[in-house]
Order: sequence, then C-alpha cells, then structure tokens
Amino acid sequence: MVVMVLAIGALYSAPNLYGEDPAIQVSGLRGAEINSLVLDSVVAKLDKAQIGFKKSELTTDRILIRLNNSDDQLKAKEAIGDSLGDSYVVALNLAPATPAWLDAIGATPLKLGLDLRGGVHFLMEVDMGEALNKSFTQMEQDFKADLRGEKIRYRTIKRDLAKEAVRIELRSEEDIEIAQDFLEKRYQGYTVFEDNNTNEFDLLVKMTADKIKEIRNYAVEQNITIIRNRVNELGVAEPLVQRQGQDRIVVQLPGVQDTARAKEILGATATLDFRLVDKNGDLSAALNGRVPPRSKLYKDSKVGPVLLEKKVALTGDHIIDATSSFDEYGMPQVNISLDSKGGSKMSAFTKDNVGNQMAVVFIEYKKTDKQDANGKFKLKKIEEVISVATIQGRLGRDFRITGSGSQAEAHNLALLLRAGALIAPIQIVEERTVGPSLGQENIDAGMNAVLLGFGLVLIFMLVYYKKFGLVANVALAANLVMIIGVMSMIPGATLTLPGIAGIVLTVGMAVDANVLIFERIREELKDNRSPQQAIHHGYESAFSTIADANITTFIAAVILFAVGTGPIKGFAITLAIGIATSMFTAIVGTRAIVNATWGGKRIDNLSI
Amino acid sequence: MQLLNLQDTIKFMSIRRFTLAFSLLLIIGSLASFATKGINWGLDFTGGSLIEVSFAESADLQKIRSVMDEEGFRDATVQNFGSSKDVLIRMAPLENAGKTTADSKMVGDRIMKSLTAMDDTATMRRIEFVGPSVGSELREQGGLAMLTALICILIYVAMRFEWRFAVGSVSALAHDVIITVGLFSVLGIEFDLTVLAAVLAVIGYSLNDTIVVSDRIRENFLKMRQGDSEEIIDTSLTQTLNRTMVTSITTALVLVALLLVGGELIKGFATALLFGVVIGTYSSIYVASSIALGLGISKEDLMPTVVEKEGADQDPMMP
Repeated sequence: MVVMVLAIGALYSAPNLYGEDPAIQVSGLRGAEINSLVLDSVVAKLDKAQIGFKKSELTTDRILIRLNNSDDQLKAKEAIGDSLGDSYVVALNLAPATPAWLDAIGATPLKLGLDLRGGVHFLMEVDMGEALNKSFTQMEQDFKADLRGEKIRYRTIKRDLAKEAVRIELRSEEDIEIAQDFLEKRYQGYTVFEDNNTNEFDLLVKMTADKIKEIRNYAVEQNITIIRNRVNELGVAEPLVQRQGQDRIVVQLPGVQDTARAKEILGATATLDFRLVDKNGDLSAALNGRVPPRSKLYKDSKVGPVLLEKKVALTGDHIIDATSSFDEYGMPQVNISLDSKGGSKMSAFTKDNVGNQMAVVFIEYKKTDKQDANGKFKLKKIEEVISVATIQGRLGRDFRITGSGSQAEAHNLALLLRAGALIAPIQIVEERTVGPSLGQENIDAGMNAVLLGFGLVLIFMLVYYKKFGLVANVALAANLVMIIGVMSMIPGATLTLPGIAGIVLTVGMAVDANVLIFERIREELKDNRSPQQAIHHGYESAFSTIADANITTFIAAVILFAVGTGPIKGFAITLAIGIATSMFTAIVGTRAIVNATWGGKRIDNLSI
Repeated sequence: MQLLNLQDTIKFMSIRRFTLAFSLLLIIGSLASFATKGINWGLDFTGGSLIEVSFAESADLQKIRSVMDEEGFRDATVQNFGSSKDVLIRMAPLENAGKTTADSKMVGDRIMKSLTAMDDTATMRRIEFVGPSVGSELREQGGLAMLTALICILIYVAMRFEWRFAVGSVSALAHDVIITVGLFSVLGIEFDLTVLAAVLAVIGYSLNDTIVVSDRIRENFLKMRQGDSEEIIDTSLTQTLNRTMVTSITTALVLVALLLVGGELIKGFATALLFGVVIGTYSSIYVASSIALGLGISKEDLMPTVVEKEGADQDPMMP
C-alpha cells in the first residue's frame, strides 16, 4: 500500500519536472469563431515570418502554438497579432509541457501564485448603495406607471430614506386597500403595508431581505460577467475573476505588467443604443462617401455594412435584464426586459415601425494614450453594431431578438446587452502588482530555502540517528514528493511564497514524528528490551502522541485556511497538506522500511 | 549520538516560580511596548500604497525623495530594501487630502512614471495598494483567526486531556503570541499578513510541543506508582527533553535556511517563527506544565473514571 500511495504521489508530482513551453494563445472576441481556417492562417503567418514552432493545438475556444523559445514567442505575437485584427486576442502564455500520457490521467503541474509568476491582483468592491439607489428609482417609476395604468389615483410616490421604503401617498382609505391588493399581486419580493404613523393615506413598500440579497447578488454577478468579458480583451492567458464575500470581486491577471492599461480596460464604461436602420438611405452611395446627413454608416459591423439613423430610439440604461434561450423552433434567442419608462418608449417607437429593421449599437469609451490640455487621457468612443433585427410587432417591456446566429452568439449578445445596464459601479480597493523579475527571484529564493533546509535536516538526522536517520530521510524525501503531488492534484490550489515557507516549515516539523518514535525506541533499549520489542513499543506508544500533536496543528491550519485571506491561505494549505502527508510517511512509511530491514531477524544492537 | 545523556531527573519545576516571574516580566514588557511604541503595522493592515523599484546601480535615495516631494507625497518613506539597488517607497492612504480613491489607485503608476523619467533603469518590482477599509478588515480577520484557533484548541485539548492541561497549553500559546508580537513591537519590525501567518504557525508549533509533553505527563501519572505531581512532571520533562531539543533544532535549521536565502519578503516570517520556536519550546516546559501543576493537577484527575457498579453502596440483602 505504501508503495502504491507513493507511486501515485510521485506520478502526480511528475508534471512539475517537465517545465513549460513559451506559447501563443489565440482566442476569439465577441463570438468570433476559432476554427481550422483561423489555425491555417496563423500557421501560414508563422511560416511567412520564418518562425519555427513545436506544435499547434486547436480546441473549441482557442489555438495554442508552442514555440521554441521566448524570443520567438514575442516575434510570433507581433506577426500573428498584426494580421488577425480586432476580433481575435493574441496572448502570451506559458503552456505546461506535460507529456500526453500524464495529461490523460489528469496530472497537471502546480499552479503558481501571482507572487511567483508576476502579474496583477485587483480586489474590486461593488457599490451596493448605488445598486439599491437604482432599485428604488426603478420601484418609483414602475409603481407610478402601474398605478396610473390601473387608474388608482395617488398624490406622490417617492423614496422614504429613513424607512428604507417607497412611500405612496394616496387619497382615500379605499384606494389604500385597492393599491395594496394590486401591488401585492403584481410584485414579488416586496412587503406592502399601511403607514399608521401618519394621518394621511400612506402605503409603504419595502423590499424583502431576499429581494435585497437578490439585488446584491445580481449586481456582483453582473459586474463579474462584464469584467470577464473585458479581461478577455486584455489577452491574458489564464485570468481569474471570482467573487469574494458579499460584494467583492477578485481579479487576477498573471503576466500583466502594465497595470495602467489593465485598469483602463477594466474600468471602461459601456452603453447601448437602439437605432433604426435607415431604409430610405442608399447604402452603396453611402459606401462611396455620400452618407445622408440624418444617418451614419457602419462599415465593419458583424452583419456587413449598414446605414443607421442618428436618432436614438432607446438607450441601453433602460435594460433591466437580458438572457439567452431558445425559441419554439429551437433557435437561439435573446430575451430583453426593459424598465417601465423604457417599455413605454419602446412601445411608442415600435408602433410606427413594424416591419422596419432595428439595430443594437454597443458603445465603449476607452482611454487612449493621447492626453488633453489638462493632462487627462482622451477617451476614444468605439461603436459597434452587434445586432440587426426586423421589428415583428409592437414591443413592450419584454421582447426578444431572434436570428442573431449561434447559441454562443446569442449568449454573447445577452452579455453585452446587460453591460449597457451596469447597475452598480465598482472601485478598486486593493491592488498588488508583482514584476516578472521579482516573481522569478521569489521562486529561486523559495527553491533555495527548501533545498538548503532539506539538506541541513538530512545531514542532522543522518548524524544523529545513523541508519534510522537514513530511514527518516527517505520518509522526508517521500513527504516532499507527496506534498507536491497532492498540491498538483487539488484543483485551485496555488503555490505562493508563503506556501513555500509552509513547505519548508513542514520539512522541519515532519521529522518530529520520527524523532518521537526514535527517542522512544532509545528509551526502550535503555530499559533493556530487545531491539525487536523496542521497535514495536517505540512505534506503538509514540503513535497517540503524534496523532494528538498533529491533529491540533491541523486544526490550527484549517482555521487559518477558513478565516485567512491571501498569503495566509497559501501558507495554511501547504501546512495542512504537509501535516497529513507527513503523518503517513513518517509513521506508515518508515515502519515499512524498518520492518523490511530489521524485521523477522535476531538483532543484537540497533544503529540508532 | 545523543545531545544530552541524562541519568538523573532534572528538577525543572524547582525553579518554576522564577520562570513564572520571568514570563510575566516578558509579557508585561510586551504589553508596555504595545502601549507606548505600538506595532509597526504593515501595508496590509493600515492601507496605503507601496512601490518597490530596482535600479541598475545604487539608488540615490535623496533624489527619489525629492521626486516624491514633487509628486506631493511629503510623508512618503523611502528606504533601501534588501540591497542598495532596491528601493521601497511607502505612502499613507490618501483619504483625508480631499482626494478620491480613484486618485490613490493611480498613484503607483504615476510615481513609477516619474521615477523612470528620473532614471531610466528603474524597473517596477511590485506595486501594492490596499484601501483603508480593506486594511482594517484584514486586521479584524487576523485577530478573529487567532481567537478562533485558540478556542478550538482549548476545546480539543480539554476533551482529549483534562481542563487543567487545556488551560495550561492555551496560556502557553497566548504567552508565545504576546511575546512574539512584543518582539516585533520592540524591534519595530513591520508586521504584515505574512508575519501574522508566522505567528499563527508559532501557535501550531508550540502546541505540538506542549501536547507531546502533556501526553508524557499523563502517561507517567498513570504508570508511576510513587512520587508526587512535581516529581512526575520533572521526570516527564526530562524524558521528552531530548525529543524537544532535536525537533527544535531541525525546525530552527530550516528556518535559518529561510532567513538566509528565502529572500527579503519572507524575512519577517522567518524571524517571527524562529523566535517563536525558541519561546514555544520554553513555554511548553515552563508555562504549560507549571500552570497545570499550579492548578493542582494530580494522579486522580487523570485516572480513567471507574464506573460504579449499580447498588455497590447498598448492603447485601442476604446476610
């Protein structure tokens, strides 16, 4: 059993020996597909630039080209990046050079933390106050529209800050009942009750705790989707965008050094416009430079060149939600919900335009390198037509766009539509950038510390316990392999500098179990027991001590992992794994060796 | 080979009044230092910005300071970090200067630009920015982690051993934590998240030691027929002394390795742990055991509870 466990540990730690290939990764933006045609053109570009490469891989969402060295990597990025254009992202990557047979059993190398590989870490906070503000404004608008629609007369509807509710002032007791009844039926997730503290006829509408939680979650999830989208544009090989706690988002961009650019892109604002396609305009004339004054020409849209009216039918901030699904024929569609104001605008607008085509324009403001007189960066407005569809009938608050292409494209469109209605702004509350040289230095320093510490302990144990020391040393080496194997096996476990410190500490403390056992054996020998008995008793009586000592330390490590953040977590995980593996190697492992060497024989003195 | 070849029991407990006074003195000293000198909290806990820059040649700190002045960071600290070519610049959070957080976010990039303008060999090694709210949160979290750890350990040891041991070992842990943090306060070494991790690891290490000793004391209480509590504890400590020393040595060896070659970022961590190992070894002998003894631990407390036979206290019905 010991041999098998060790073999598995060694197998899974093996990928770490193979190192990494410098690679170029190509992925598509906004639904641009990755296929063998793209691959062929990439390969052709490389051939033309006379850059040799080891291997090219094509998966559903990316192309990976492994290159011979990092000089070629930079050259290749330039060559490919220039030719592919804006719809593809070309990123530098380090692809693990794990052999296929190891890859097949799921063995992957250790993931390194940002402090070891260099990169940027952002912690962003979603402005929940703003999210709630927007929800209240939304409530006011919706209630007004609906009560009017139901012909329930009210004096005012406005937010009551102190009561954290929307106050509806009505005119009579009957109206209160009717309104309360109506609102309760119409809206889920709110409590509607009469305000008895005033002499007026006032209703208060409050959000339930669940509803508030839903708004919070929505605000965070929405920001995460948008950030993911933008991070893809940055061309980062393995970005991490993850929720942390109630209202925070962690963004980790390995390998990115230019934080200023990263922040610009992450902080870019995006909006959407709905505009009519100019059906009277002459497209071919416009393409030749004669654009009608009321319209604007978009040459490189996804649907080919289109001529759109300048007049905006509806702006994207009215969009509450957009999701992708399938229609009754199994074709992908995008469902859009508008707020009440947007709904009536849309309804009025589409009434007269049934049969006409409507386009969705995605607008992003990005910072450029140019500065204005005040030293502020000029913003570049980037407009893109992301969808053109025919208006089938009068549209209301909820409508759908069909015929937008594949399911992936519908999904993307929904994402972009939602981006137009970012309900809560975010801000960076923590930022850590580690330069590439520092990352490499940290790895070197960590490795040196592990090796030096390991060497010192090996020598000490050998001198102090002689042959038994040798046994302990074998166990210690096995332990190191096991730690790395287990760390590689756990998905999501990353090795950080404090993590290396944890490994070093484990090396020092792992021998403790053997020290306990060996000291016991010595004591037993002193009490004039036979060597065999001494070994047996030594292991037996030391066991409960070792277990107790390790379990308590393990408790401490687990708490560290649960409560701590960042460096503490990295340290805790290696410590916890180290304790578990050291228990195994130091007790079971050494016992197996000891039994194999000294077991079943008559021995007169032990080398201990 | 053996470190100490002990034939006789060392009378550890005979000087326990002296060591208790010594420990108290250290604790009071640490607390006094917290009160007067305070702790040099790192960026993680205070919030603010930090930039590490390296130059091709020895950095001119004066020149960098004047650049910082121009940028409006008069209170920025500029110092060498590790070598004369590396410089660490720290800035307090910009909360009161009437500037928004958006400004402070860009600080790192802005200063990096000015520094490259001053000397084009300047390369960014790391930039950190921690918002003030995050800082105080991390501090709370750290404190919470420490308290939870101590309480959970208290419960486990109380369950596994006996409450007197639990109180003894948790006191020993608190003792170690206070004195280790005290050392950082006295020496003015920066206390950041990594050091916090080290302090928590000290808890783990010291506990390890304490448990081993307590385990032996318990065993000997059950095994040894004669001798009072003090003698039994002395014997147990003597028996485990070799193991205690060997483990401390191996752990200290790896920590020295970390301290020497582990790099600048890990120095605080290694210092805290190295000191913690020494103090933890001491406390497992003198704090944990002597508190358990002071609380009146005795043979009876550790005897497995004898199940009383039902009706044993009644007279037999039949004569």
